[in-house]
Amino acid sequence: MTTTLASRPPAPKPGRPATGGRQRRRALRWLPLTPATALLLLFLGGPIVYCVAIAFTDMQLTGSSSTSFVGLDNFRHAFQDEHFRNAVVLTLVFTVLSSLVGQNTLGLGLALLMRRASGPVRTLVGSLTIAAWVVPEIVAGFLLYAFFRDEGTLNAVLDWAHLPSQDWLYSAPIIAVSLANVWRGTAFSMLIYSAALAEIPREITEAAEVDGAGGWRRLWHITLPMIRRSIGTNLMLNTLQTLSVFGLIWAMTRGGPGNRSQTLPVFMYDQAFLKALIGYGTAVALLLLLIGALFAAVYLRLLRTEV
Amino acid sequence: MRPTAPLILAATLAVAATSLTGCGAFGTDPNTLKIVYLRNTDNKVRHMDAYLSRVKDEFERAHPGKKVKLIPIQAAQPDYWVKVQQMMRSAKTTPDVVYEDTFIINSDVASGYLRPLDRYLERWRDWDRFLPRARAAARAEDGRTYGVPMGTDTRALWFNKKLFAKAGLPTDWQPRSWDELLSTARTLKKRLPGVIPLNVYTGKGPGEASVMQGFEMLLYGTGADPLYDPKAGRWVAGGQGFEDALTFLDTVYGEGLGPHPSDAVDPNVPTRVATELLPERKVAIALDGSWMGQFWIKTGGRPWPAWSKELGQAPMPTQYGQSPGKVSMSGGWTWAIPAKSQKPDLAWKLVETLQSQPNAVEWSLRDAQIAVRADVAADRRYRTSMPGIEFFTGLVRHTHYRPALPVYPRVSSAIGEAMEAVTTSDTSPAAAARDYDDELDSITDGKVVNRGR
Repeated sequence: MTTTLASRPPAPKPGRPATGGRQRRRALRWLPLTPATALLLLFLGGPIVYCVAIAFTDMQLTGSSSTSFVGLDNFRHAFQDEHFRNAVVLTLVFTVLSSLVGQNTLGLGLALLMRRASGPVRTLVGSLTIAAWVVPEIVAGFLLYAFFRDEGTLNAVLDWAHLPSQDWLYSAPIIAVSLANVWRGTAFSMLIYSAALAEIPREITEAAEVDGAGGWRRLWHITLPMIRRSIGTNLMLNTLQTLSVFGLIWAMTRGGPGNRSQTLPVFMYDQAFLKALIGYGTAVALLLLLIGALFAAVYLRLLRTEV
Repeated sequence: MRPTAPLILAATLAVAATSLTGCGAFGTDPNTLKIVYLRNTDNKVRHMDAYLSRVKDEFERAHPGKKVKLIPIQAAQPDYWVKVQQMMRSAKTTPDVVYEDTFIINSDVASGYLRPLDRYLERWRDWDRFLPRARAAARAEDGRTYGVPMGTDTRALWFNKKLFAKAGLPTDWQPRSWDELLSTARTLKKRLPGVIPLNVYTGKGPGEASVMQGFEMLLYGTGADPLYDPKAGRWVAGGQGFEDALTFLDTVYGEGLGPHPSDAVDPNVPTRVATELLPERKVAIALDGSWMGQFWIKTGGRPWPAWSKELGQAPMPTQYGQSPGKVSMSGGWTWAIPAKSQKPDLAWKLVETLQSQPNAVEWSLRDAQIAVRADVAADRRYRTSMPGIEFFTGLVRHTHYRPALPVYPRVSSAIGEAMEAVTTSDTSPAAAARDYDDELDSITDGKVVNRGR
């Protein structure tokens, strides 16, 4: 009896498996993730690495079969290229106008109004806003082209009201595409802010009301600080989405007239495909990535500071 | 390891392996030929689809077991090149026969996208029937031929006699200089409100249509070798003709003699002119191609029986009427075989079928092409096919060809930008010409002849 007892290995203490077994089990937990990881590496990581690589070459879609390494030439060329500078400025205008100012404020405004609205109104406004958001980008682009163009809906309405007609697609194309992007993307901000506002405890706003704070003061001192994190998240997602808008602008103006609505994604397409300079276009894409990263870094800093 | 672990591992690897190889060889069936072509953006214009279906049936009857797959790309021209070039980059996606413009052929040859056809042409009896000039159009810098020409074209002024009569202008109109052309347009503007006096393509949107029909028709009327100097083997910068051609456009669009600039730079404007503006008498003069009749005949996208009586043609004059007095540009399309196609021999058989004498005649009729084969030009059906065919064929004597060099598409793109700047903004012709010179410098690495305006 005793021998058998002695020969039995010491029972592991509950909750503390032997180290070897624990490591193996931990490794096994990763096992189901391997296919997804492999696929991600292959289909996402691969192209990204390839893109970074060709940004340093003079690869062309047509006109030359040899591709050679040119170092930082593409980037140097970009900084001297006035069309690139023009595209950066327009990208910033487009992003600030349509995302920071437009979608963000309008989304917050709608979310605030919808808290006070009755059920049917809320449903109607909500579904209209979201409808604009769920249509495919290219469809939205054609819709808004049809809205803004010379013989379009907007001019028909202005005509009917005996107001002067507009030709923004031609005279102020960057404003037209910015408005289009506001129309299309406000739903996203509205949803985020609706969720954030629902989190604010009623007692706090009621207490402020009892203390005699008016609507604006309540918004400034109570509501905004309490949803600060959501504002940061929303700005971040919104900016990154807006920076990469291509289809909407392409369908409405193709970056024209001239290059007055040629934001970076459109410029990139123009250089890489229409001018066949794939290497240069890819380098511009990397620079766009950097601009996105800069915005993201700023928002992350803003998010870190506690109230 | 627990007994289940090897199982999980095996399953994982299997899933990974199948998903990675799952995207392997599709679309490379040895018995199917893929032929890719440009489909007009107007859904009613389908004469090429109809013609190719006929040839497909004929080919499949003659080669039992073989199939032809038609791949239309419905797009504006600039987007068509992009799509086809991307397809030709890989053996998995490449078509076997491509509808290829002579404008892009040298550029694509330099990229290694196309296969030389000399081996096949040597044994093809019909090749001798092609006119020497046409044979040269598809010959690259290396002296080899990369495409079989389907036809050629010339360009001139189309004008509506009814509108001219209404405005009290002669219906046998023939302007002798740019000034005469402009003054006619001014008269039309005064007397026919609501009608666009003159359409000249411009801007980046219409692509090569702007550059060739619009700009080069002007530029080549300003003097000798205004774009590329063959003796020096260099592109021309700082030419006075370049600025003058831009000034002409500036005048047309600045004085409201053309369409509204926002319509003019629309990529679909060439189709609109053919299927809407001309047939509906909304434009009086159009600087356009010899093929316009293709839209108005019975098989066209916008049948218009009265067109042959209603429209007149006049040669495009040189700038001041200097000798030879007329100017035209010629291009044309070819059938080519991509380098990565796995079935070049079968693809060649399809090209032969496409270019057999009866089919070549049929295509010339349907597409209003100017024949490039002696036996097509002599065909009775061809000679009586299209009103104005003698007029446009006669322009071949005064015609110019674009510099057939690999960088031409990029030069063309720079010209389109200069046109768009002058048309849609306050940029002066001189400033736009300077921008073009800078762009040309970077395209050619500074290898230019400066004529010093």
